[in-house]
Amino acid sequence: MNEQVIQSDESIIAQAVDSKYVFRSRKGLNEDIIREISKQKQEPLWMLERRLEAYEIFKKKPMPTWGADLSSLNFDEIIFYIKPEDYKALKWEDVPEAIKKTYDALGIPEAEKKYLAGLVAQYESEAVYTNLKKTWESKGVIFTDMDSAVKEYPELVKEYFMTKCVPPADNKFAALHGAVWSGGSFVYVPKGVKVEIPLQTYFRMNTRSSGQFEHTLIIVEPGAEVHYIEGCTAPRYSISSLHSAVVEIFVKEGARARYTTIQNWSTDVYNLNTKRAIVYENGIMEWVGGSMGSGVTMLYPASILRGKGAKAEHLNIAFAGKGQYKDTGAKVILAAPDTSATIISKSISKDGGTSVYRGLVRITSNAIGAKAHVECQSLMLDDRSRVDTIPIIEQFTPHSSVGHEATVGKIDEEQLFYLMSRGISRDEAIALVVRGFIEPVAKQLPMGYAVELNRLIQLEMKGA
Amino acid sequence: MALLEIKDLHVEIEGKEIIKGLELTINPLEVHVIMGPNGSGKSTLSYTIMGHPRYKVTRGDILYDGMSILNLDVDERARKGLFLGFQYPMEVAGVSVENFLRTAVEAKQQKEVPILAFHKALIKRVEAMSIPQSFLDRYLNEGFSGGEKKRNEILQMAVLQPKLAVLDEIDSGLDIDALRLVSEGINKLIKEEQLTLLLITHYQRILDYIKPGFVHIMVDGRIVKSGGFELAQQLDKMGYEWVKEEA
Repeated sequence: MNEQVIQSDESIIAQAVDSKYVFRSRKGLNEDIIREISKQKQEPLWMLERRLEAYEIFKKKPMPTWGADLSSLNFDEIIFYIKPEDYKALKWEDVPEAIKKTYDALGIPEAEKKYLAGLVAQYESEAVYTNLKKTWESKGVIFTDMDSAVKEYPELVKEYFMTKCVPPADNKFAALHGAVWSGGSFVYVPKGVKVEIPLQTYFRMNTRSSGQFEHTLIIVEPGAEVHYIEGCTAPRYSISSLHSAVVEIFVKEGARARYTTIQNWSTDVYNLNTKRAIVYENGIMEWVGGSMGSGVTMLYPASILRGKGAKAEHLNIAFAGKGQYKDTGAKVILAAPDTSATIISKSISKDGGTSVYRGLVRITSNAIGAKAHVECQSLMLDDRSRVDTIPIIEQFTPHSSVGHEATVGKIDEEQLFYLMSRGISRDEAIALVVRGFIEPVAKQLPMGYAVELNRLIQLEMKGA
Repeated sequence: MALLEIKDLHVEIEGKEIIKGLELTINPLEVHVIMGPNGSGKSTLSYTIMGHPRYKVTRGDILYDGMSILNLDVDERARKGLFLGFQYPMEVAGVSVENFLRTAVEAKQQKEVPILAFHKALIKRVEAMSIPQSFLDRYLNEGFSGGEKKRNEILQMAVLQPKLAVLDEIDSGLDIDALRLVSEGINKLIKEEQLTLLLITHYQRILDYIKPGFVHIMVDGRIVKSGGFELAQQLDKMGYEWVKEEA
């Protein structure tokens, strides 16, 4: 059964196309659609104005000419907004068979399957959420969906939403996002408050985080701490073939934030995101990410280390299987003295998949004593797959240090012989080597995620 | 019936013949040692018995338990009870010794092994072998000393309980204390687990601890002389030149 899951990429696409037919009437983008989105959400006027400004920028910005090939991405063919009632039209039967099978193989409960497949707008987790929510609220922590935040916390949203971190003018997809964004999370942690249990989108009810243009805004005030977890390892089926999220994180003086995400969109999706953190004095930002599914992915979480002594840690795994193009990496600007950054990026490519590490480390002229370390490792499981490493390092002061290590390797036959000589089959031996390869990242994930990630990789391996 | 029977074995690696008509019969519970100078084909023989894809058998046969194993993959041979102790065990980053051992046992038994029960049994096993528990959490052979790698090979053998173990220069690179520990581990398996053993070595010194019933001398891809333990002692006094001349 597992093999079927992996081998039926083409039928996933075929079936996905069928179900998308239902929404053909709403393809493409124009000002009316943007006004409709805003109206539907009963947004204040200032948000509509921001959307329209972003749309103007979107129209002017050229498509990026670097990175993945986006030439077959046709904006006229994309559904930019799905009304809540549209979801009702989508039935369980419309979800591709292969995705359903993967859910079964991962042992995902019925209620959660429907949420993942985009059939229900909410995933009802247990009563535990209500209790957690009370604890958070008593400390002044805000954790709500972005649509509600616009109405309930307009001052915070006006100040931080796509202003200083990821403005619409940043890139074409950020501009598009600014125009059509919908859903996502809003997190505010007041000064000195340490949120001990990770905030997970899973917990949140009455929201749709599986939208294709979700916006996540996280503000961590001085001395506060938070761990935010988004996405999940199970494949998510999307009605639209474009996913373009924006994540903005503010890590104030001495604060600490960790953002963990595992994304596994169905393989017909373009996954083009902009994720960025601004880190103030002595703040610490940690990115932990796994990019499993989707057809084309471009993703480079960024940390702008603006305050003295700020730190960033980036950990990323990308898996590129058949027909997948992963252009991922990290971007760190060390813009203050004594800032430091570590980037660890691992990629696995298989069955003709391509995986590119693209990284930028920039140390500005005033960043005396800044330190950066970049490590990228790529593992190719066969001769048909490709990897590429494009690390860019710009060092504008000699009083700083940058270390860079890159290894690209095919799976070692002698290692496989050794493992097989203990009775382990070739497939299982490869899976073991791959699990070992991603272990440094997997061990940073919460237990349940690490287990699911390993199972998922196991499934991918069985398709070999 | 013989446990291992090698008949007129010819083996090539990258077109070059290394083993040139080797004969060897090992019965259950016997302890054999093959000694020979560098380049005589000893390691090639051990890799070939285990089925390394780079070594091509061009003639002859290897029978295990009366059946030819030439068409079996490496892992199938292992599941039938063959074990190869490596001269240079491979490092596998990110895979703990315990996780690896459990995976191997699951492969051998073809069913899932309960994590906790396995863990408890394994703790007992390492204690009996005077191996520190922390060993189990370390990544497979990564950063291990020469002695630790070899002891890890013996631990794997103890856990997997093969019928026939081929140990390729298990004594190389060991100091005297490590050699004693490794040898004790092997002897225990011979005594308690009915292990049949083929020891491949360049040096005599491991034979101070493990007493083989059968000694074979290999030169240039063939076994040129076989005998009892006294042959090893003779070899120790007179060196390989003597055998080469006789051959």
